[in-house]
Amino acid sequence: MTEALAANSLLYLDDVKVSFDGFKALKGLSLTIEPGEMRAIIGPNGAGKTTMMDCITGKTRPDEGEVSFEGGTIDLTKLDEATIAELGIGRKFQKPTVFESHTVEDNLYLALKSDRGPLATLFHRLSGAEAARIDELLATIKLTGRRGDLAKNLSHGQKQWLEIGMLLAQEPKLLLVDEPVAGMTDAETMETAALLREINASGKSVVVVEHDMAFVRELGVKVTVLHEGGVLSEGSIDHVANDPRVIEVYLGR
Amino acid sequence: MIRHFLENGLDARVRIALAVILAVAILVPAANLLVPEGSPFHVPTYLVTLFGKYATYAVLALALDLVWGYCGILSLGHGAFFALGGYAMGMYLMRQIGTRGVYGHPILPDFMVFLNWKELPWYWYGFDHFAFAMLMVVLVPGLVAFVFGWFAFRSRVTGVYLSIITQALTYALLLAFFRNDMGFGGNNGLTDFKDIVGFNVQARGTRAALFFLSCLLVAGGLLLSAAIVNSKLGKVLVAIRDAESRTRFIGYRVATYKAFVFTVSAMLAGLAGALYVPQVGIINPSEFSPANSIEAVIWVAVGGRGTLVGAVVGAVTVNWGKTWFTGVLPSFWLFALGGLFVLVTLFLPKGIVGTWSEWRAKRKTATPADASPAPAE
Repeated sequence: MTEALAANSLLYLDDVKVSFDGFKALKGLSLTIEPGEMRAIIGPNGAGKTTMMDCITGKTRPDEGEVSFEGGTIDLTKLDEATIAELGIGRKFQKPTVFESHTVEDNLYLALKSDRGPLATLFHRLSGAEAARIDELLATIKLTGRRGDLAKNLSHGQKQWLEIGMLLAQEPKLLLVDEPVAGMTDAETMETAALLREINASGKSVVVVEHDMAFVRELGVKVTVLHEGGVLSEGSIDHVANDPRVIEVYLGR
Repeated sequence: MIRHFLENGLDARVRIALAVILAVAILVPAANLLVPEGSPFHVPTYLVTLFGKYATYAVLALALDLVWGYCGILSLGHGAFFALGGYAMGMYLMRQIGTRGVYGHPILPDFMVFLNWKELPWYWYGFDHFAFAMLMVVLVPGLVAFVFGWFAFRSRVTGVYLSIITQALTYALLLAFFRNDMGFGGNNGLTDFKDIVGFNVQARGTRAALFFLSCLLVAGGLLLSAAIVNSKLGKVLVAIRDAESRTRFIGYRVATYKAFVFTVSAMLAGLAGALYVPQVGIINPSEFSPANSIEAVIWVAVGGRGTLVGAVVGAVTVNWGKTWFTGVLPSFWLFALGGLFVLVTLFLPKGIVGTWSEWRAKRKTATPADASPAPAE
């Protein structure tokens, strides 16, 4: 049964346990993301959302359990961050992190899928195809007019988009997006939801961690609720919103 | 490929700096060799050697700026690579003495005869060949930097911790080279040089040539460094400096990049040390002293971190000040140096060149706005 689940999945987590100095951040988390799926993950602070992302991207090694990619063929727990990124898993951090002293354009240029070795980058020349791809990405994230500006001069929302643009530039199979609309205006939030749906429609799987319920509703996808390091509930937004266990966790007992 | 790579380094600032450096490289030796001694335009030989020394310091500063200014690696042990290059050159110069040493031994340098050594240690083999010695000038610092960097960067040692272990590296080498049984002349180091590729190291012509070569190394080092920082790899370095984990998550192996730039930088520092030694006529363990490496950091800070040209400007300015100060008020030099560092950090955090280019950029953006006529309604 579990083999069949893993085989059809893009990302497969089974009974993942992580503890830091005795604190159990993940207590047997299991999660399956199918190819082309978009999933929203919600949960109160300390539910283990960020730790889960750390396990997937190689930042944290799980104490126990399985984390695998592409139908269970690749064991992610043995690989480092750079290798996992090259396999096609892109990650956007909670706090927007872009390269502040590079221009918007250069941020995308560095993120473009290409040979990551030092010699290849030392003698690299921007190709026509790459320039076209950068133009396309700038249009997608609505920053064409600011391509020559330093990233540090962008607004908070624009940095978030630039970071999403950098994710897209890597041409990943799976995007992990941590709180993409934190600190955004309502209009920006809706636009971001549209952007993520568009990305998902182009065939990429997306995992979004978010607190903002309006945003999650706007995405209109399957929702997983995490609580104390495990899955509490899973289903449509209406299903989980009416789940008594979820109500108890979110609204207090 | 290589040509495109180097052309990339030729931005406006680098072009101007190269022109100035090459002019100095030609004018100073000319004023020394061609202008008669009584003339006000004559440059005495001691000044040629002094300027040559500044030029080698400028290359050390460039090497440091490459790792510190662009990749955020604050090395407080870069003097070690400079000294290693210097020792490799010193070993070549020792072997050139031949039978002209005090003891007249055809193979063993004086200090080995003095210590009753019977034969040349294996690691001195080959140093009588200039080409081999030159290879070691870059390979030894490069290898030390690569091995050190590989382990430090792979274990993700960063920031202050890395700075401290670079200090430890140079201090450990200082202690090691002090030991007589290391076979590098112990406390006294290597000195009493006679010839370099057949020319007398004391001769005016040789000194002028060494000065010229030092300037050429500054120019070459500047061009190479500028080409590196303007390449895509240079952008990755800055990305690492500003957001290391972001860089890792978009798929760059940060440790490999750091080890690469650290090694290139150490090789450049080694070359600088190799030109330093024949001009000052001695290399001893004090070149490894941690204070030397810290002084190099001050040169870069004063000139402007992350500007390359600033490193050259800073090294020359601070050392000129040092020469002047130690002549006028010798006991106050260290206070002046410390004060300079504090003042620059407080009032010129971008250094001379950084502040200058910021001021120019401001003026550039301000002028067209003022000059442009009011938009027609």
